[in-house]
Amino acid sequence: MARPRVKVPSTASKGEVITIKTLISHKMETGLRKDRKTGKVVPRQIINKFTVTFNGQTVFSTDIEPGVSANPYMQFSVKVPESGEFEFTWVDDNGETYKTKKKIEVKG
Amino acid sequence: MKLKDTTRRLLGVAAICGLAAAGLGASYGTLVADPNDNELVIDGNKLVTKLKAPKDSPFEYLYSGWRFRNGETQRLEVDDFENPAFPLVDLGKELWTKVDGSKGKSCASCHNDAKISMKGVRAHMPKWNKAKGRPLTLEQNINLCREERMGAKPWKWESNQMLGMTAYVGLQTRGMPMSVATDGKMKPWWERGKKLYYTRVGQLDMACAGCHEDNTGKMIRADHLSQGQINGFPTYRFKWQKVGSLHRRFVGCMKNIRAKPYKRGSDEFVALEIYVASRGNGLSIETPAVRN
Repeated sequence: MARPRVKVPSTASKGEVITIKTLISHKMETGLRKDRKTGKVVPRQIINKFTVTFNGQTVFSTDIEPGVSANPYMQFSVKVPESGEFEFTWVDDNGETYKTKKKIEVKG
Repeated sequence: MKLKDTTRRLLGVAAICGLAAAGLGASYGTLVADPNDNELVIDGNKLVTKLKAPKDSPFEYLYSGWRFRNGETQRLEVDDFENPAFPLVDLGKELWTKVDGSKGKSCASCHNDAKISMKGVRAHMPKWNKAKGRPLTLEQNINLCREERMGAKPWKWESNQMLGMTAYVGLQTRGMPMSVATDGKMKPWWERGKKLYYTRVGQLDMACAGCHEDNTGKMIRADHLSQGQINGFPTYRFKWQKVGSLHRRFVGCMKNIRAKPYKRGSDEFVALEIYVASRGNGLSIETPAVRN
């Protein structure tokens, strides 16, 4: 069960560059490990894509490879032109998507 | 090999110097570092991490373990996003509304919103349970609810579910003062805890008081000895790379002095928890804390 957490400032001034921090609890099984008892390869299951939109427009997007370890932490900067809502989407290998939203109020 | 007289004399002098140095080292060499002066402010609320001790306390001031950690460790507790305990708190939050057991209930079925119903609960743990005729810790209360009221299987003491739930429930009391009862029916248990605290055990023949009362503030190797307060439990510890229960910490301490540890949930640890909690009555609950 993957659990996302995000940190977005609640307010910002127009045109300010803000820092957004994100974290998702996920095992990020690489597909290269072997089960100690059975000797069989533990199948790969990772988050393979992370996208962030702001008022519908993509502001950050990354394809993730098995080199990224468990509970991937992603931090990025973004310029906010107006008030709106960020939407964060993580895509799992098994097809599931995990989403969360955060609003921001822009002053001035 | 026969040593020349001069060499023997030199060695003798060196030996005496060495002993003297060791003697000096014992009294002047031990490094004492005061708990630092930083204040713990989370979400604009200042928590009490330093308190004038009551008259019967062996200390002049009570200090939370937070004050004995370095800046980086302290900073991680200030922000709920950075605090590594929160993924487990999130699990506890999920389990709160999850139906489990034969009676088709979840915690929320009876306790509704944890922010309201669980506020203050952690401050009084362990608490006297009338029906059972004994005090129960938060873990024991949770399992009691699960078994008797939910018809669900009890959780293991150190399982992710129990850690998540105790962290989530404990969080609802964060910022309130520790206030465990020690009078009336609790007194015999408190006395037993006190006796355990001061009794030397193990191959190293040490008692809790030996480090946490007699030598608090000193460095034990690279570790800054705290007063052994428990207002932050369950806490995330870097050593464990995980959130852990108070009884896990008790076990660790006993292993450190090469004593055979009591079991998590044992009467000894419940009594000890009552006594140690009372030594910190007044300090703010910090659950889930971040420690070394």
